[in-house]
Amino acid sequence: MTVSNSANELVSLDVRRSNHSEWFTSSGALALIIFLSVAPWIVPAEFAATLMNFYILVIMATMWNLLAGYAGMVSIGQQAFVGLGAYATLYFALKGVNPFVTIPLAAVVCGLLAVPITYLLLRLRGGYFAIATWVVADTALLVIGTIALLGGGTGRSVPGLQNLTPTQTAHYSYLAAWAVALIVVAGTYFLLRSRLGLVLASIRDNEVAARSAGVNVRAARRTIFIVAAAGCGAAGAVLAISQPFIQPSSVFSLQWAAEMLFVSMIGGLGTIEGPIIGAIIFFALQQFLQQDGVWYLIIFGTLAVVIALWQPRGIWGTFRDRFHVDLLPVGYHVRRRSNIVEEVPVVEE
Amino acid sequence: MIWLNILIQGTLIGGFYALFACGLSLMFGVLKVINLAHGDMAVVAGYVAVFLTPHLHIPEIWSFLVVVPIFGLIGYIVQRTLIQKSIDRDPFTTLLVTFGLSVVIENLLLEVYSANGQTVNIGAIGYESWHPGSIFYISYVSLGVLGTAVLVLLILQMFLSRTNTGRLIRAVADDREAAQMSGANYRHIFGIAAAIAFATVALAGIAYGMMTQFAPTSGGVNLLFAFEAVVIGGIGSLWGTLIGGVALGIAQQFGAHFNVGYQILAGNVLFLIVLAIRPQGLFGRKTALS
Repeated sequence: MTVSNSANELVSLDVRRSNHSEWFTSSGALALIIFLSVAPWIVPAEFAATLMNFYILVIMATMWNLLAGYAGMVSIGQQAFVGLGAYATLYFALKGVNPFVTIPLAAVVCGLLAVPITYLLLRLRGGYFAIATWVVADTALLVIGTIALLGGGTGRSVPGLQNLTPTQTAHYSYLAAWAVALIVVAGTYFLLRSRLGLVLASIRDNEVAARSAGVNVRAARRTIFIVAAAGCGAAGAVLAISQPFIQPSSVFSLQWAAEMLFVSMIGGLGTIEGPIIGAIIFFALQQFLQQDGVWYLIIFGTLAVVIALWQPRGIWGTFRDRFHVDLLPVGYHVRRRSNIVEEVPVVEE
Repeated sequence: MIWLNILIQGTLIGGFYALFACGLSLMFGVLKVINLAHGDMAVVAGYVAVFLTPHLHIPEIWSFLVVVPIFGLIGYIVQRTLIQKSIDRDPFTTLLVTFGLSVVIENLLLEVYSANGQTVNIGAIGYESWHPGSIFYISYVSLGVLGTAVLVLLILQMFLSRTNTGRLIRAVADDREAAQMSGANYRHIFGIAAAIAFATVALAGIAYGMMTQFAPTSGGVNLLFAFEAVVIGGIGSLWGTLIGGVALGIAQQFGAHFNVGYQILAGNVLFLIVLAIRPQGLFGRKTALS
């Protein structure tokens, strides 16, 4: 006969999202959000433009991190949806839709296009999935290049922005990029706190166990792939608005995949804060090495490889493990409630 | 007649894809690793042949005699260090590490040798071809590459089935734990498989430089074609890779016949069709499927 008090502990446990005052995070976040919302009127225009590119990278990296860090799918073809999002914006703008209104439309288009793609790709695993996503991106690039309306291989500029002054265009594009980044990061946060987040965590911990507990692994992966496609599509739409000209070879560039991957890895895979921190480091390095061609990418890539091999939790993951700080908690902390002392032993047969 | 020409040209280029892909296929079969820097290794071999071997007073046409063994050695070392370390973590890490290496290598080449196209200079024979009919022409270089591909696959096949090391490689590929229990040092076997993969891809890289111009970004494109050849032919089948390469080559020539812009697209479409209706490939086992 064994004596256990597990049933009693179940009622006396304190389950919380965060282990510090959420008030601290939320007030800090609110101050930052207000500041960044008015930034284009305060900071120099050049810095606002850099911030805008930073938001685009944060959106892409957050989506890549959702795919790889949470759902275990390494994609090197997310530039497919960046490009398709950019071209969806161009298409709707050519049809007379306000370019800023096309951003959610581009996200929806990319999400819909991702549905049939998941049926092809989710049968593959690991490296085969990775290269197959790249084939899809290459195919999308080649198909778009044959469409004369969209400028073919040489590209075209997005109409509908010409009746705004350059300052207005800069301010509105900034706000659009900022809003999309905010929605994507907050959306990811709430998605991971939802039931789907729990399902993903169970797959990540033990796929076989999750499957046998009734988790539909493929459906969960499919949902994440579609969400990531929509997010990258929105990033592509913002990119199209922020650039004077869009061209297949630049919006479908493999470099986007490289940047997403490096930024998530360095910041910390499987954390929401990681891609943001990675993107800050990326932009700092890029500004610092601006004069030296592609050396920033070489250094950043080497750093990503080193981190993957020796510190796979990335900068934020390592920091969080050491100091037990979680700014955007998606898991739970379970503690024994201290004010309950009464213990009733439960007899197990 | 025009269709026969498409078949001939497609088969010739398909031989090159098979040569490029056999190392990728071997590494996946044995190590269960997809080396995303595979294509970049070929390009590095091309640059070594063009820029470094002339310092040794070796004509570029014979450069492979030096470059291929060196790449075998590099393959063994890279496997025993970087790749083994990432395998020890998890399969996920191998993808991140090899993709990171791929981007780093490509951009390093861009910084050092610029984006200009290079060719491996083999003299006048590079431009000569055989004209069996009025509209056919068969480039001697392409024919040589196809012959090399078949020869390499034959040697590889003999090596894997007839030698002790080859049998060990197949044993480790089939069941690593069982092979280990029988005394095989799987890390050493992995190293040998990687050495073969790097040696064959170095040969492919030099062959590519003889056939056409290459640039730092050529690695990625050729990795895609090699991968498509492997999947079309069937994962884990060496001769399937040759058939897959030829099928891909023919599809590309077929697309190019209608519009030069459709060349690569037609290959991608064939790949996606195979993926949709026969995901294990023409001759493959269901190993890449989840």
